[in-house]
Amino acid sequence: MAKLTLPAAELMYSGHAACPGCGAALSMRLLLKGLGPRTILSIPACCWTVIATPYPTTALGVGVLDNPIEATGASVSGLRAAADALGFKDLNIVGFAGDGGTADIGIQALSGMLERRTNAIMVMYDNEGYMNTGIQRSGATPLGAWTTTTPVSSTVHGKTEAKKDIMAIVLAHNPVYAATLNPAFPEDFVKKVEKARDLPGPRFFHIFAPCPPGWKFSSEVTIKLGRLATDSGVFPLYEVENGVYRITRKSGTLKPVEEYVRAQGRFRHFTPTDIESLQDQVRSSWEHLLRLEAESHPKAEELVSKPVARAVAAPTS
Amino acid sequence: MARIVVSGNYAQSYAALLARVDVVSAYPITPQTSTVEKLADFVASGKLPAQYIKVESEHSALQVCVSASALGARTYTATSSQGLLLMHELLHWASGLRAPIIMGVVNRAVAPPWNIGADHTDTIAQRDTGWVQFYAESNQEVLDTVLMAYRLAEDPAVRLPVMVTEDAFYLSHTVEPVDMPDQQDVDRFLPPRDARAVLIPGVPSRVGSFTGPDHYVEFRRELARATAAVIPTLQRVEEEYGEITHRYHGGPLSTYRVEDADAVLLTMGTDTTTARSVVDEMRAEGRKVGLAKLRLFRPFPTELVCRLAAEVDRLGVVDRSYTFGPQGAVETEVAASLYTARHRPALSGFFAGIGGRDVTPGEVRRMYEALLHGGPSENRWIDLEEQEARAHG
Repeated sequence: MAKLTLPAAELMYSGHAACPGCGAALSMRLLLKGLGPRTILSIPACCWTVIATPYPTTALGVGVLDNPIEATGASVSGLRAAADALGFKDLNIVGFAGDGGTADIGIQALSGMLERRTNAIMVMYDNEGYMNTGIQRSGATPLGAWTTTTPVSSTVHGKTEAKKDIMAIVLAHNPVYAATLNPAFPEDFVKKVEKARDLPGPRFFHIFAPCPPGWKFSSEVTIKLGRLATDSGVFPLYEVENGVYRITRKSGTLKPVEEYVRAQGRFRHFTPTDIESLQDQVRSSWEHLLRLEAESHPKAEELVSKPVARAVAAPTS
Repeated sequence: MARIVVSGNYAQSYAALLARVDVVSAYPITPQTSTVEKLADFVASGKLPAQYIKVESEHSALQVCVSASALGARTYTATSSQGLLLMHELLHWASGLRAPIIMGVVNRAVAPPWNIGADHTDTIAQRDTGWVQFYAESNQEVLDTVLMAYRLAEDPAVRLPVMVTEDAFYLSHTVEPVDMPDQQDVDRFLPPRDARAVLIPGVPSRVGSFTGPDHYVEFRRELARATAAVIPTLQRVEEEYGEITHRYHGGPLSTYRVEDADAVLLTMGTDTTTARSVVDEMRAEGRKVGLAKLRLFRPFPTELVCRLAAEVDRLGVVDRSYTFGPQGAVETEVAASLYTARHRPALSGFFAGIGGRDVTPGEVRRMYEALLHGGPSENRWIDLEEQEARAHG
């Protein structure tokens, strides 16, 4: 087995209040390994408000500022402004929000922060729903998923709308760096954090954060599920630096999505047709991503073999 | 000391300049906008070496100030009406995090219908958010109060955010001569912020956090203590400010010709100036009327109101807002204060100047006449009475 190269220092301590197998907790641990102690986190109302433990304790070895759920983008702008005004150097300013606090109620402040070119990192840890309030649908909940507000009945099969494409929204603002991260791939995760840490300007991480109670799976399969998500193409790993796409994990052919779907209770009602439809959508998104990589990266374009390039150029279903 | 001729809005900007703020953040809204335009000029020209964060909403403007303040910066923002209402959630965050932010607010009516005239509904509606609230009568008072507000807000016993409010157009867009204190005097009066209880880079800590009932009550109690410290601290701050400027604006509540008065009217903001001239006129006619100017609405100066009540038999309160209660908002506070007073004058309430309607000397005189003739039992909509009086010749 290959030796892990992750930084040894821990800035997230035991005694935190996360559920067993929480993807958001793993994400914080890896994020802080990559960022180091000169980091200030701005955290809106989300699972991490609670995970970090109540006053007067904290599970984090960095400075944390709480902020209301919709204002994280503005908060990091304020922290950076103060750091610049007061002469604090080498300080990582990071907004760490859930998918609701980023893609739904927080999207205005996020857009503002990106447009202002705030020198800070915005993180969306995506557990695909309002999990801290008890599993309600968010704009990031995938199509067809059961949540308490998208119930499954004889006429309705869970969420009736598609997942909001936060990366496309963020990339439309031309950040200096944006990437998808998955704690099931810790080295890729930390490498991206370390790379982004030293780039000045607005940066964004979309983190895949499996939620055992929300997605209805057993807590010991978080990592397995994470690996399935990426290897099936449901959550591809890539980075975009100044508009240039680079897929950071390509494992030959994509695994079928069925195994990923069947591992989670929130998709229990999925029929073979539902799975087929998801498979088509995932394949189409993956091909779109390959095309973006090829088109944005001259080197990548040269490397792509002709048959693949032709397949990519063909219209997808 | 330099004399400049500026609007109330520019008086805000010059005060923020003199206070050497570290971070400004704002979003445009009429009639506040010229304040933050002027600050943009100061920053662009290098006069004010501050970070100026131009945000996409008032909600974000205040969040920027809250977060910058949490890292120890001295911050300033300004808004009005709908913008202030949008900030409501953040107002609680600012006081709860003990962030000594100063915000200029132009008092403007609340929609619908859209109206940009002077009206206190926007700021009165924020009375329960933990902010200190000043109502200015003149542009000079605006500038002086902003500078004093920083000292007050940053005092270790207080550490609360402060709104310095001015009436739309009567102050925001009306120019007056204003004496600017010298920078070196301001620097002596207002040294750099003593940033306690803030995030320190590299040190694990959490500002905000969450608690159950075990600690939440203590946090609220601390806010109550801070609020109670405002009026005694303000007195000290005003004295020190008086030493550098030789100006004193009379504390939270000041009186004018109330000795032996049969009727006294209590006003906030620019109505005070009109009422003062009416007092002079009526006094010249031998009518015994006086005036009380309420400058600080939060925390409410209950003791000073009781002291005033001891000398007065008939007290009228002018509310430049309608807030749906059984009485006007200011009148309610006065009535509550009077409950503990040994001597309780007859109390009357008047709604006047709503939505920017002019409060004329004639209207003020009619309020005094109503008081002198026993006073009405119900709140009176003076603006409408004036209109009806005009309609009937």
